Amino acid sequence: MATTPPPAKATVHGGIGQSIARKEDQRFIRGKGNYIDDVNLPGMLFLDIARSPYAHAKITAIHKEKALATPGVLAVITGADLAAAKLAWMPTLMSDTQMVLPTDEVMFQGQEVAAVVAVDRYAAADGAAAIEVDYEPLPVVLDPFRALEPGAPVLRTDKGKKDNHIWHWEVGDKAGTEAALKACATVVKEKIYIPRIHVSSIETCGCVAQVDAMGKLTVWMTTQAPHAIRTVFALVSGLPEQQIRIISPDIGGGFGGKVPVYPGYVITVVAALTTGKPVKWIEDRTENLTSDSFARDYHIEIELGADKAGKLTALRVKTLADHGYTDAAANPSKFPAGLFHIITGSYPFAKAFVEVDAAYTNKPPGGIAYRCSFRVTEAVFAIERIVDSMAHKLAIDPAELRLKNFIPPEAFPYSSALGWTYDSGNYAGALRKAMEIIDYAGLRKEQAAKRAKGELMGLGISSFTEIVGAGPSKTFDILGIKMFDSAEIRIHPTGKVIARFGTKSQGQGHETTYGQILAEELGIPVENINIEEGDTDTAPYGLGTYASRSTPTAGAAAAIACRKIREKAAKIAAHLLEVAPDDIEWKDYKFQVKGVPEKSKTMADVAFAAYTNHPAGMEAGLEAVDYYDPPNMTYPFGSYICVVDVDKETGQVKIRRFVAVDDCGNIINPMIVDGQIHGGLTMGLGPALLEEIQYDAQGNSRAPSFLEYLLPTAVETPKWETAKTVTPSPHHPLGAKGVGESATVGAPAAIVNAIVDALQPYGVTHIDIPVSAYKVWQAIHAKDPR
Amino acid sequence: MAIDAVTAKSSVPSSFSRTVHLTVNGVARESTVENRLLLVHYLREHLRLTGTHIGCDTSHCGACTVLVDGKTVKSCTMLTVMADGKQVTTVEGLETAGKLHPVQEGFTKEHGLQCGFCTPGMMMASVALLAKNPHPTEDEIRRGISGNLCRCTGYVNIVKAIQYAAANAPPPAAGTGGA
Repeated sequence: MATTPPPAKATVHGGIGQSIARKEDQRFIRGKGNYIDDVNLPGMLFLDIARSPYAHAKITAIHKEKALATPGVLAVITGADLAAAKLAWMPTLMSDTQMVLPTDEVMFQGQEVAAVVAVDRYAAADGAAAIEVDYEPLPVVLDPFRALEPGAPVLRTDKGKKDNHIWHWEVGDKAGTEAALKACATVVKEKIYIPRIHVSSIETCGCVAQVDAMGKLTVWMTTQAPHAIRTVFALVSGLPEQQIRIISPDIGGGFGGKVPVYPGYVITVVAALTTGKPVKWIEDRTENLTSDSFARDYHIEIELGADKAGKLTALRVKTLADHGYTDAAANPSKFPAGLFHIITGSYPFAKAFVEVDAAYTNKPPGGIAYRCSFRVTEAVFAIERIVDSMAHKLAIDPAELRLKNFIPPEAFPYSSALGWTYDSGNYAGALRKAMEIIDYAGLRKEQAAKRAKGELMGLGISSFTEIVGAGPSKTFDILGIKMFDSAEIRIHPTGKVIARFGTKSQGQGHETTYGQILAEELGIPVENINIEEGDTDTAPYGLGTYASRSTPTAGAAAAIACRKIREKAAKIAAHLLEVAPDDIEWKDYKFQVKGVPEKSKTMADVAFAAYTNHPAGMEAGLEAVDYYDPPNMTYPFGSYICVVDVDKETGQVKIRRFVAVDDCGNIINPMIVDGQIHGGLTMGLGPALLEEIQYDAQGNSRAPSFLEYLLPTAVETPKWETAKTVTPSPHHPLGAKGVGESATVGAPAAIVNAIVDALQPYGVTHIDIPVSAYKVWQAIHAKDPR
Repeated sequence: MAIDAVTAKSSVPSSFSRTVHLTVNGVARESTVENRLLLVHYLREHLRLTGTHIGCDTSHCGACTVLVDGKTVKSCTMLTVMADGKQVTTVEGLETAGKLHPVQEGFTKEHGLQCGFCTPGMMMASVALLAKNPHPTEDEIRRGISGNLCRCTGYVNIVKAIQYAAANAPPPAAGTGGA
């Protein structure tokens, strides 16, 4: 051991790339989280809601008497009460209108009808049960296709509508795509229904509203977007915005389900304003499943054309979206179908055309609340399914067809036929890595041997392209509010940090990962950095956490705010080191005199000087704020491969292996990224195999509890295998891309492709999700009716 | 909308209430509760032990899992009066003398939690599983926690957390024997 070891690379504890344990865990593992139902105020009342048993009915009378006579009940609130204050209706984020409480008609089973305020939650529930409502049932419209037929009962007569059509939206070259499809040697077409599902975070929604002696309204609520909610509340209620404080406490899972403004929140605020007491409302699981925002419900027709050489050339998609009785999706305002037009996926189509029509039905509103990146899940499922259909039709291996057609790495930045500019990608790199990990060639051999024996085994690939980080403000806004996000950082005299953000973690681990960005950029150990989010009185304005946007937007804001701090800090360091500012460089997490590394100052040294010994003419203090408006979206991608064994006799599908290769650019905390992927994959598995909300002919929900709405348990969930490739985003200051939803977006197609692949001996081209054993059995027996 | 906010206390007749004696996390409690009061509401609202959560009301999600006389119980479907005379352990009872339980340690070391909402129930199920089977296989772990739903983690790291706890459990105290 004669050689001297090379000097250790400078590190900072908790910097970027380190799998440190999460800071927030310390309260959660002790049962000391502060979730909405843990908020407890002196004199707090409880609110419960009576709901409609009918999917469509006229209300002829609401009888409050028995409820008011119930012990402990203080008040009953109806639509008539709200109408007096012009609050019976509220706008949705898509500029439609939604009832807070009905005055004349209910539009779906589970809709809020009247609210009861009482001294405790049991009395409130007693009161809600004692509300008596006279209904006259009306014809129910459930199928969106029939809803658009002439003569269908018109649901939104309140808007002067003459039919149930909400909007038509299209993008791409219609005539060019038609001509291109005609010229194709092979065209495959599939009808794909992506059913209604529900995100079912384990914590339901709720809020606590309080009005203080100065008339200031504070609302603790389960929201992923507290600042936007404050502005919406101000606009709807007429209260001055500074008199509204929204606090989003710890959130027990959001996944998009906690973005919308639900009627319960508004009613609770009204109850607090009118009683003068704090009021709490917590929904139960049935209320959550039957009335909160749903996701998907897309009826997709997709056509894919290829030339003689197997080159994919044209794509045409026609979709009918079932929005329930109002369009209350939480999309960016200019995108009624979200980012569905990412549907050209990982392939360089010359021609593509997408059109979507939306219809009203007697179902609850919503649209995108399920870890979907604004309808990207629908897009990826459709394109990755139809690419497999093409492979089967051409008798080419699905991996080979993809490798032959991917947008090549040198084509980035790549402009898609439907108007997106993909920032970066290496699709073949991710697929080849996944094939190697799972031993794709070996599995194909095994499959051939099994097929010869009549056994069913399948391999499914999904090579998805995500689009996240909304977004560039020229195109992305919600009700006009641009979709930037923010970070505000203050360094205290002792070199400790408080930083606040416009986003809001619901389990993503922001207290840790944002701290890591700051540690890396400021050279301050992560344990000296506190991160806060969710209080609109203290945090800078931001649009919140959903659609995998936190790292792409607020994460970038954090890096840039740190760099603003470093600019000022360098001047202070120069002052302390008695050199010119130009002689200072930021290196190894310190300010050093260029060429004289032993002459240096840490950020903590500089911070102390910023309050005690700053240069003449300079403001005291060391802080910065940044509102980051991204120049482009980020485009994470990956390739997933699933292996299934199918029991021919029962139709039971067993996932044997699932390998997920993700590329989300540079990674801040690998442990947390893997956790996001594990969870996302499981939220891809659920809808692929188990989850669905169906309605019977009267519009009764067939999935009002977890008895019917099946979430994957540890038993159904396979042992996910993950790996990465790293293609940094060229425009994000950290080269990061966002990862929260990639796996949910990518997984379903891999699973269904594997099942359809296993069923090739029966000529099966598609099975709609959720793929139950019965559906598989039916598919087998349609061709093999033994 | 004039609302008469009378200070009506819950006017439940005393014939619908009774006094229960139970031990929660080692502390003896005597409480008069409504007969219909769910154990989870007693823990959360009477004792302010808010670590036990409510996720579904129908015993499916397991967020409300506590131990009653050492066995896992979904406290959203047990009445407080049914726990009369019994020992109840909640997540707040896992840490002893400032030392985390190996299951708590495992959950943070292996990233077995994200939003943290299912975590207390999941950890209580894990504690009960390891008490019965100190060295479970992965399959036994997955079956052992299948009454607890997690929407964030995909279970991979929860399994690892329980394996960590199994590997790092303190040896049985001297004199308690090996059986």
